[in-house]
Amino acid sequence: MNNNGKKVLLQGNEACLHGALYAGVEFFAGYPITPSTEIAEGMAREMPKKGGKFIQMEDEIGSIAAVVGASNAGCKSMTATSGPGYSLMVENIGYAYMTETPCVIINVQRGGPSTGLPTKISQSDTMQARWGPHGDYTAITVAPSTVEGCFVEVVRAFNLAERFRTPVTVLADEVLGHMREMMRVPEPGELEVIHRNKPDVPSEWYRHFEITPSLVSPMASFGEGYRYNITGLTHDQDGFPTAKSQEIKDKLDKLQKKIMRYSDEIFKIRTDKMEDAHIAVISYGTVSRSVLQAIKMARERRIKVGAIQLLTIWPFADSKIREMLKNVKRVIVAELNMGQLVREVERVASRHTEVLPLNRYDGEVMTPQQILDRIREAVKS
Amino acid sequence: MITTQATQSAIVHNYLRPKKSFPNVWCAGCGNGIVMGALIRAIDSLGLDKNKVVVVSGIGCSSRMPVYLDFNTLHTTHGRALAFGTGVKLAKPELKVIVITGDGDALAIGGNHFIHACRRNIDITTILINNKIYGMTGGQFAPTTPGGSFATTAPYGNYEKQFDAVKLAIGAGASYVSRGTVYHVQPLERLIAGAISKRGFALVDVISNCHTYYGRFNKEGDAVAMINDIKKQAVSVKAAENMSPEKLKGKFLTGLIHEHDATEFCEEYQKLVDRLSGKER
Amino acid sequence: MTEKNPKPQVSEEEPEVSGKKEPEVSEKKEPKREKYVYNGKTPPLNIFLHWCKACNLCIAYCPKKVLEPDRDGKPVLAHPELCNQCAICWLHCPDFAITSTYK
Repeated sequence: MNNNGKKVLLQGNEACLHGALYAGVEFFAGYPITPSTEIAEGMAREMPKKGGKFIQMEDEIGSIAAVVGASNAGCKSMTATSGPGYSLMVENIGYAYMTETPCVIINVQRGGPSTGLPTKISQSDTMQARWGPHGDYTAITVAPSTVEGCFVEVVRAFNLAERFRTPVTVLADEVLGHMREMMRVPEPGELEVIHRNKPDVPSEWYRHFEITPSLVSPMASFGEGYRYNITGLTHDQDGFPTAKSQEIKDKLDKLQKKIMRYSDEIFKIRTDKMEDAHIAVISYGTVSRSVLQAIKMARERRIKVGAIQLLTIWPFADSKIREMLKNVKRVIVAELNMGQLVREVERVASRHTEVLPLNRYDGEVMTPQQILDRIREAVKS
Repeated sequence: MITTQATQSAIVHNYLRPKKSFPNVWCAGCGNGIVMGALIRAIDSLGLDKNKVVVVSGIGCSSRMPVYLDFNTLHTTHGRALAFGTGVKLAKPELKVIVITGDGDALAIGGNHFIHACRRNIDITTILINNKIYGMTGGQFAPTTPGGSFATTAPYGNYEKQFDAVKLAIGAGASYVSRGTVYHVQPLERLIAGAISKRGFALVDVISNCHTYYGRFNKEGDAVAMINDIKKQAVSVKAAENMSPEKLKGKFLTGLIHEHDATEFCEEYQKLVDRLSGKER
Repeated sequence: MTEKNPKPQVSEEEPEVSGKKEPEVSEKKEPKREKYVYNGKTPPLNIFLHWCKACNLCIAYCPKKVLEPDRDGKPVLAHPELCNQCAICWLHCPDFAITSTYK
């Protein structure tokens, strides 16, 4: 795409694709599933042109396995799927968490559970993005709400994955993936692109899972002269399976602390008119677009309401949200599911902030009018 | 420290991870150790660079092998070794990818990845250590457990039917399909060396012994007795040509059973990349 | 088929390999060495008892009965003068606990 700096009309899925290309993706393995198929199709066209690798695997499990294998061989890798595919992938995503392999998984959410609604919107995979795989680990999840956001957030997802050596989930949804909108394509060099840290020690000293002061180990790739073991079994710093309790504890602590310690740099929250707000509306993804309109409409009626949009959903920004809700009497959590993120808000909101869920789960987008009605209810009571 | 002048018998020590604690984790007399020795000697005979060899495995007793080997090793989830190996190979085609898997890992949960890797004819060498049971989890029956045998999940005898990994691979399109045993070690080394040198998907199905579970449940004796039985049932492909079907009953073929030449997946992809880059320039 | 000569027929068909490189098994072997004769001093085999798990494979398969089990079941070089370096013991050892000084 040679339209850098200019405005182009792109589909959400196409913007994800171009964001990944901007970030330097070198490997894509996928399986078609509505509504994310366009990303795989775009990769099939673009990857051979750029000397990258594309493969359509036999299923989603094979896709994520190939992505993790390629990432360990040195390529920036990603896959794209939807709810049913993500459910299939969770075992190997857990493997990527345990082996600290950077990769990006785009989940273009659709109605669930099970086959659900292939062509209708929902945001019901929020908790799955945090707790999909079994075991203890810390997840990073980002959620764009505009087509330009898709581009920027996918670049940010790659940066977070490479920086923290972890898989990152991008939560889009069916409407965002298929809508077309004008967006401004960033120039090359405008957005930061991060690559994984490479080791600088001789191969005898290299430990693939070393507990460094920053807790993120430098990562060598296959074929570079470092020979190491990677395993999904709980392992020590050399990658050998261990049963010693101290090593097990160290490993699991590392998986959590390496992300939580730098969580301030991972949080990304957009606020609108929160300075004097007594009512707040928290949202993410496509709902945030409706929320912004609803806030405008409410302010016209002189209701002191502000919007909080979470662009990073996990890790959940406990301290920041608590701070923002200090002077807020009522907070509405607007989601296209039966109430998933609202639990997190309830957890951090203080006793004097009442949390009101606003849910829609019938496959349609949330309208600004619905949000405005809820705001007015909140004012009255 | 063994120097490069090592005798053939001690050459294995050049390829074992010095940091890993030995003796290995397998039962006494397990065929997995014999296969590991044959694999190392085959790699040594080919003179491969250690840094360019990637050994991928799934879950099971056989899949515990890579951690002992001084190559780039990847121990993955159950049944998915071939999918991970496909990703590694496609990402860096100059690496030699060897997949160590077992009969349950490759043919049960990993069956889908197995047939697609054969179909793609991707340049991966698969060593399938076939001990006819699920050893790591305590002796449940596998897709290769003979009918009537006993296992913990077949306490009244196995009434299910079996696969033949070799026939499956041939049907799915693999270009080098062979079978070896843990008794005939030197032919096994040659088969593994041939499989690694072959440009395309190569399978070596190694008939091995699990005397701890299969042998105990089915009264086949200890390691020596089971390997002797394997020796009796093995018939080379060449010898089988001159034998009548009655004589071949209850025996299995060993040696190079099928080979053909076909285009390899990464090469075809590279041709596409070259074609597109040539077009644009 | 005796235990002494495990697989004579199979070796003919193995070279049917196409691909980048022929396996160099045959080329790497040195030119025919003289037959091994026990010189009374250097043992024909080295046994590493720390790695041995007493599986009994080498003792059972030795055609010349060179090895015998000790109290723990691990092999001991009972008759070193009978060893003819057939290689069956170290080829079949799953733990690399026995190696040859000759080959």
